[in-house]
Amino acid sequence: MGAEQQRDGGPLLLGVRHHGPGSARAVRAALEAARPSVVLIEGPPEADALIPLAADEAMRPPVALLAHAVDEPGRSAFWPLAEFSPEWVAIRWSLEQGVPARFIDLPATHTLAWGREDGAAGGPPHGPGAVEGEAPGGPAAAGFAAGSPAGTGAAASPKRADAARSGDGTGAVPAGGSSGAGGSREAGGAARVAAPPTAGAAPPAAGLTADARAGVGASRVSDGSSGPSDPSGPSDPPGPPGPSSLSDPPGSPDGVGPAGDDAVRIDPLAVLAEAAGYDDPERWWEDVVEHRGTGEADPFGPFEVLEEAMAALRETYGVGGHTRDLVREAHMRLQVRAAQREFGAGVAVVCGAWHVPALREKRAVAADRALVRGLAKVKTDMTWVPWTYRRLSRVSGYGAGIESPGWYGHLFSVPDRPVERWMTKVAGLLREEDRIVSSAHVIEAVRLAETLAVVRGRPLAGLGETTDAVRAVMCEGSDVPLGLVHERLVVGEVLGEVPETAPAVPLQRDLDRLQRRLRLRPEVQERELELDLRKDTDAARSRLLHRLRLLGVDWGEPVASRGSTGTFRETWRLRWEPELAVRVAEAGVWGTTVPSAATAKVETDAVAARALADVTALAEHCLLAELPDALPVVMRVLADRAALDADVGHLAQALPALVRSLRYGDVRGTDTQALTEVAAGLAERIFVGLPPACAALDAEAAEEMRRHVDAVHGAVGLLGEARNDSVQGESGQRPVIRLRWYSVLRVLCARDVVPGVVRGRAVRLLLDDGELAHEEAARLMGLVLSPGTAPGDAAAWIEGFVGGGSGGGLLLVHDERLLGLVDAWLTGVPADAFTDVLPLLRRTFSAYEPGVRRTLGELVRRGPGARGGASGVVARVPGFAPELDDERADAVLPVLRLLLGLDDNDLVNDPVGVAG
Amino acid sequence: MPVSVEPTTVEQGHDQSAGANAHTDAGARPPVEQAAATALRPHAENAFAAELTALAAQDDRPRPARWKLSPWAVATYLLGGTLPDGTVITPKYVGPRRIVEVAVTTLATDRALLLLGVPGTAKTWVSEHLAAAVSGDSTLLVQGTAGTPEEAIRYGWNYARLLAHGPSRDALVPSPVMRAMAEGMTARVEELTRIPADVQDTLITILSEKTLPIPELGEEVQAVRGFNLIATANDRDRGVNDLSSALRRRFNTVVLPLPESADAEVDIVSRRVDQIGRSLDLPAVPDGIAEIRRVVTVFRELRDGVTADGRTKLKSPSGTLSTAEAISVVTNGLALAAHFGDGVLRPGDVAAGILGAVVRDPAADRVIWQEYLEAVVRERDGWKDFYRACREVSA
Repeated sequence: MGAEQQRDGGPLLLGVRHHGPGSARAVRAALEAARPSVVLIEGPPEADALIPLAADEAMRPPVALLAHAVDEPGRSAFWPLAEFSPEWVAIRWSLEQGVPARFIDLPATHTLAWGREDGAAGGPPHGPGAVEGEAPGGPAAAGFAAGSPAGTGAAASPKRADAARSGDGTGAVPAGGSSGAGGSREAGGAARVAAPPTAGAAPPAAGLTADARAGVGASRVSDGSSGPSDPSGPSDPPGPPGPSSLSDPPGSPDGVGPAGDDAVRIDPLAVLAEAAGYDDPERWWEDVVEHRGTGEADPFGPFEVLEEAMAALRETYGVGGHTRDLVREAHMRLQVRAAQREFGAGVAVVCGAWHVPALREKRAVAADRALVRGLAKVKTDMTWVPWTYRRLSRVSGYGAGIESPGWYGHLFSVPDRPVERWMTKVAGLLREEDRIVSSAHVIEAVRLAETLAVVRGRPLAGLGETTDAVRAVMCEGSDVPLGLVHERLVVGEVLGEVPETAPAVPLQRDLDRLQRRLRLRPEVQERELELDLRKDTDAARSRLLHRLRLLGVDWGEPVASRGSTGTFRETWRLRWEPELAVRVAEAGVWGTTVPSAATAKVETDAVAARALADVTALAEHCLLAELPDALPVVMRVLADRAALDADVGHLAQALPALVRSLRYGDVRGTDTQALTEVAAGLAERIFVGLPPACAALDAEAAEEMRRHVDAVHGAVGLLGEARNDSVQGESGQRPVIRLRWYSVLRVLCARDVVPGVVRGRAVRLLLDDGELAHEEAARLMGLVLSPGTAPGDAAAWIEGFVGGGSGGGLLLVHDERLLGLVDAWLTGVPADAFTDVLPLLRRTFSAYEPGVRRTLGELVRRGPGARGGASGVVARVPGFAPELDDERADAVLPVLRLLLGLDDNDLVNDPVGVAG
Repeated sequence: MPVSVEPTTVEQGHDQSAGANAHTDAGARPPVEQAAATALRPHAENAFAAELTALAAQDDRPRPARWKLSPWAVATYLLGGTLPDGTVITPKYVGPRRIVEVAVTTLATDRALLLLGVPGTAKTWVSEHLAAAVSGDSTLLVQGTAGTPEEAIRYGWNYARLLAHGPSRDALVPSPVMRAMAEGMTARVEELTRIPADVQDTLITILSEKTLPIPELGEEVQAVRGFNLIATANDRDRGVNDLSSALRRRFNTVVLPLPESADAEVDIVSRRVDQIGRSLDLPAVPDGIAEIRRVVTVFRELRDGVTADGRTKLKSPSGTLSTAEAISVVTNGLALAAHFGDGVLRPGDVAAGILGAVVRDPAADRVIWQEYLEAVVRERDGWKDFYRACREVSA
């Protein structure tokens, strides 16, 4: 039909599936055979000017056409193209042949405006228009149009993209009908579609496998007979197309409202696959289309069959819920007509197979004009942006996508023997990762994959078979190395490139806009900027600078604030280097606005981060840069890492930063509930893991552990304030988490395997917080300083207890009983052990203030006889009266209250608690 | 998935040790046509003889040499289905279709098949049915133990004959593997990893050269087309001998997964517990389903390293935490409840059992368990009593 039509003046309509290697190959063959004088491609016409860039040396797919609203960069849509996309193949072919290529879909200026209307409408209602918008995303689409025109604002976009993604997933491919159709040609189009189901139904009786096979078999048979009239024949060959992906371009913008619409839309691919007896539309599509070679005999055959199948579907389902398609198809028809006037008969159109029947239809020009008249507009700009295979894949969800871009790329690029070559690639990858994979493995894997394909009734081993074979033969049944294969090969890590001459990315525009609004000019000269985060503008500036830093655009660098230490102050050193513009362009892959790009970047970084501390740092940055959308991902990664990290040290290092972030959050008014929960969970893990981790440490490790204990103690104190659950204890209201920490400390001080320095520290922390009575502390000290303990251990305990700058000296000055214990122990240390403990003691006592040291010395010199009672009140220090002068002492209280921000009761009842 | 079927597979899998020994005996003697009906546990090919016959009658696809059925029919036999003539084939294995397809295809490509999995995943069951469907005989079996000698895999001698007549084929006692080679049948090796490493390696020549030399006679037995070998092994138990990489290379490996959903596993555990309880004459304990669910949840969460709601990751302890162990924990708990408790299965009855199953390595596992208790169990609604019981036994 196609060929004939072309002969009689009709356009050559090549219906494809977006991102289908089989379609791409078929398109090339058809173009070679037909040699049209112009190639029309489904895509936004604004991009016509950008087509020549596709021939640029520096252009490497995957790339995407990006349309965005000029004054609102967050509203944007992407048309990703890989080397195996039929549209890309068509563009390249026309450039090579010097044939003009044009995009004929509805201009992005309208499709983006659709997104806006929808956004404004808010959701639900939408007339048909809304339904349509979605439609594209839904079924058809998968491929091409991943629109994400975000609705209302940048912030909204991620979610919307999601919605679009889910819709898209199903996408695609209507084309397949052909295989089913094979059986029943006598019927008209509609009948044909109906027929396959019956055919399918019969085989089931024969058992599942038989079923699938029957379908395939039929189509294979038909192969030979591929006259145009025989629908079944063509289908086999390379079939082209699923429209699905194609059909939908940008329309999808999200807008959408949703759920209701979904119900209405049909997935042409699924319908055809079901008719053929497949439960998975993608697999069916692969079998009948992507895995077949090009039909040598008739390059147009597959397109005809596909068109027929689509026509049957559209007769049955109409637009299948994709109402916006009507407008788009009207526009395409007008464009095709215009091209025919200009170029005569030699017009080829590459579009989603779903649209083919509509383009073939004869419609009154006036009616089409009426449809496209008066559409809303929004000023748009287009450019090429680099894309990645990962984003093409459905998992990353930029709208529609395919699950295995790497596999498709492989199918498209290998000259022959795809399975053998694929297995060799897999073996190469596994070898690089130091798994032993021999050629014998490759041979066995290929045999297994091919036999599996036969058992499953597939024409060629597909991804499923090769994956099963790789798992059973090369990976010893394990999914772990298989994950690597999936990441690196099936999805692939290919990154596209775009020539420098491509127009600026929207991110740059967004940045310009923000710079103007915040009156923050990019200047090459270095200058310092003081920000007061309590002011709105300053807070916005700080967020911008932090976000840019996350994107690798180091325009500002935070420096220590002078003068003020309040958390509401920030000081930045600003300097705009010219190469930062390049960085901005690079960062353009992450998103179209600064916040959305920073969010995407942080999420990716979080998932890729190796160390727990890196993730905590990211969480901190998220708060600083105010990226609440990224926070859930970061938190989840953080919780996962913390759960799997067996090293208490790492956890202990991560906790303080996390708790610190909580405080920033407070200053900026962010909701830190999630963060608090994660921090509490982290603390819980530390509590459980700390005691066992403290066993059998050498001196250095013990010292490090003591620092961890200190850090955790500080963090728990702050964390306790952030959480509201408290219990009524003997000494007032206290957070649960702090009580749990105390019980951990108690365990630490009682365990002999815990190093002395940690034990001493634990006792001291409990003593300071009033959790341990002085008598009990003295008992523990006496225990450890008794003759049974090795002097080295005892000295370490003392260091932990009173060492460092923690005010331990004053404690000894004020509690003579403790001093007496130390004194008695020290004088009892045997001569040979004394030299061992001397360095430790020196380290402990030399850190004291000179005044404290002198007082201690005087107390010791006076000797034990002069010591006072256990009350801890120093008697007779020179210059002091024997008793407190209550009146004068009371006079200090109001000032203390003021300083500590306490009410009366606190100060009177719980002075020690205050200290903690 | 039809939950009701799954238990059968697993239960049968559990009977493996008992059943397998019986097979070994049968393997030494010519298979006697004893009344399958009176056997305590008939072989698969006897128990499902009708289905196999029906399948063979309907099967018009190509069969590899000496296969009783085509690969498609074998897959149907295991996965169940309805034949064109209306014969219903019961599913023998309920689980991912992919697993069975890969296993059958492996055998069809003449590669040896290694079924891996933790206890209770129906490895033995699948292997027996595969052999029954492919060769019509599941009795050519070598049961692997730490004491399995080389003779069990190669051949032994009838010493009386050897002394009387000198070495000859008559004095030779073939192993199941040797018989399978000579007759083009499927041989099975159970618990391959329990066999000492040097004995395991005997299989290398058999699998790669497909021949078994008999140097004493200057002869060899060459494998006939149709010969293949199915081995099962436990990949998470302790006290096993890892396969040498040379041997491993000669197998295609299929890992049998644990039950997919918590419901399926709860079902398996409760049925099995019920059966065991009855056979041990334990007093009936009313309605322990809540506690069973709890045990299964704990096992699944720790095994998978993530909580049931998918929100929190966990460390996994070193134990296997198989369904089989969950069954034994619950059975113990029932016994405790019946004999020393008030007859109702309470958290305290299972807590000690769980602790024993989880904490295999006193240092590392204990931390993991405590983390789990504090981070997950403590916070969970309705688990307070369980938390308390666990704290008591863990302290």
